[in-house]
Amino acid sequence: MYSVGIDMGSVAAKAVVFDGTRIVGHCLIPTGWSPKETGRQLYDQLLTQLELETHQISTIVGTGYGRISLPFIDHKITEISCHGRGAHFLNGDIRTVVDIGGQDSKVICLGENGKVLDFIMNDKCAAGTGHFLQVMAHALELDVSDLSRMARGAEPQSINSMCTVFAESEVVSLMAEGASKESIAAGLLLSVSKKTASLASRVSVKGPVYFSGGVAQNALLLEQLSEKMDVEVLTCEYAQLLGAIGAAVLGFEKL
Amino acid sequence: MRPAIMEEVEALRGINSVKIKEAHEAGRKVVGMYCVFSPQEIAMAADAITVTLCGTKQEPIEAAEKELPRNLCPLIKSSYGFAVTDKCPYFSFSDVLLAETTCDGKKKMYELMGKIKPMHIMNLPQTASAKESLPLWEAEMVRFKEYLEKELSVEITDEKLSAAIRLMNKERAVMKRLHQLNAHKPAPMTGMDMMLTQWLKGFNVDKEAGIDLVERVIAEVEAQMAQGIYAFDEKAPRILLTGCPVGSGSEKVLKILEDSGASIVALENCTGYKPLDVMVDENKAPLTALAEKYLSTPCSCMSSNNGRLDLIKRLAEEYQVDAVVDLTWQACHTYNIESFTVKSFVKDELGLPFIQVETDYSDSDLGQIKTRVEAFLETI
Repeated sequence: MYSVGIDMGSVAAKAVVFDGTRIVGHCLIPTGWSPKETGRQLYDQLLTQLELETHQISTIVGTGYGRISLPFIDHKITEISCHGRGAHFLNGDIRTVVDIGGQDSKVICLGENGKVLDFIMNDKCAAGTGHFLQVMAHALELDVSDLSRMARGAEPQSINSMCTVFAESEVVSLMAEGASKESIAAGLLLSVSKKTASLASRVSVKGPVYFSGGVAQNALLLEQLSEKMDVEVLTCEYAQLLGAIGAAVLGFEKL
Repeated sequence: MRPAIMEEVEALRGINSVKIKEAHEAGRKVVGMYCVFSPQEIAMAADAITVTLCGTKQEPIEAAEKELPRNLCPLIKSSYGFAVTDKCPYFSFSDVLLAETTCDGKKKMYELMGKIKPMHIMNLPQTASAKESLPLWEAEMVRFKEYLEKELSVEITDEKLSAAIRLMNKERAVMKRLHQLNAHKPAPMTGMDMMLTQWLKGFNVDKEAGIDLVERVIAEVEAQMAQGIYAFDEKAPRILLTGCPVGSGSEKVLKILEDSGASIVALENCTGYKPLDVMVDENKAPLTALAEKYLSTPCSCMSSNNGRLDLIKRLAEEYQVDAVVDLTWQACHTYNIESFTVKSFVKDELGLPFIQVETDYSDSDLGQIKTRVEAFLETI
């Protein structure tokens, strides 16, 4: 008996299979322009990869912004509850989840049982999200995965605009003034960590904090976040799968 | 099952816009107003028709932004947009407008609006508790009375004031009884229908007919309750909605909440229960009684505004509320700042879940709000 959790993010679509005790497999593909088709493709790919038949899957839970475009799921649960449950499943000590995804960022406070006590999400723009970093990396002619390595050890430039469009102009101006790519990259990461810490200050954050979402792969940002929030921040190889894991676990609990 | 009479309630929109035109053509005077601080009774005692003016729709905002800053609350922009585009029949047929110095955004917008139509602005004190506030506000009642007498060439007598006070108290009493129907668990009416019925009363040209209609709404809902017919089941989370005013066209947060399975049982805001809580004392001198009643309105433009917390507490208990949702229109500084106080009060004193939703009238953030609302309901 298995449950499947599918997290349709704005950038990446993630799916995991859960057998009641452990995650037996996962799959991640770019969301692309059609979350509906991608969701189906992701599910089929996951089953093929794990050599599972559809009748072995007892329940499918969808989450993420694209959850509404998956006709084949049994339940839809918001990414807030799923990230909370996923974090609690991986590490029962976690009291706060900071998730920075492609189009939003959120801070989720958890009780001892992994239940969501409070949460806050950023407003309706891309400020401080993965998309912000992607646009900025593009302006620097870098891949977003190079930002952390590039920025380490550099003296950060001050980036004041949080609006993605204005910040891009600021980056272009800094480059024109001869600032190094390293220092601009460091400034960009620092601005995201400050923005995230400011968001987190609006709820009561307790440690340890789990950093999830695609942006959690950025090691330097994690360190900056820990310093700005003044709390221990952890992550793991499953950071991007947290929502899907939570969805699968919650699905299994519903059986 | 939705009460069949709600169709009659909805039809009021069309009926009232025709009635206001007919009344105007028959020579009746019309006084347009925006706010629950407006003492309607004084205008009614001048034999004028009192109407609420439009300000709850997105459409005219673009026109308003030609003159007003974009970063202003949608209610102010919508109100002004309706005025400059002449799309609100009630504004169009108003002879004079009544406004108050409530929040900064409104009072500065009124300076511009006053150029379109004759407008009287009442100087509302910034605090209700200071000892000089009530005499000041009572003097403002006198000033408005004298303004209307001059502008409309009528005499406003104490008898007419008393009659208007009795009629408005009667309207408040019936609207209050309607609102209290949802204290029942499960709620017999959706929050959407409750909002609509409460909101539409402001446009009623014939107040007695409006009161009669609400009496019939109550009768039909009570009949449904007797048959065990309710709008929601026992398990639906019961929500108290507080914060900025809501009307037809700005109901998106209510709709998302109820589409997600919540039952909005109490509308604490000024388009809901807030103006119904206190009656005008019929045994006091009319203008004194009016000053007392209107000054007691627990609005965020007042410093301090502890009355709002008391009202939330009372309603939360009476309506067996499971959670509180605070709706703030973008750039409404007074409600936005006060939200932190309300959040602390609701979580710490009442021990209830709380969420603030800050938005405008547009549809641009429907997806984000839906996620936040659903996640909030999942935590209850």
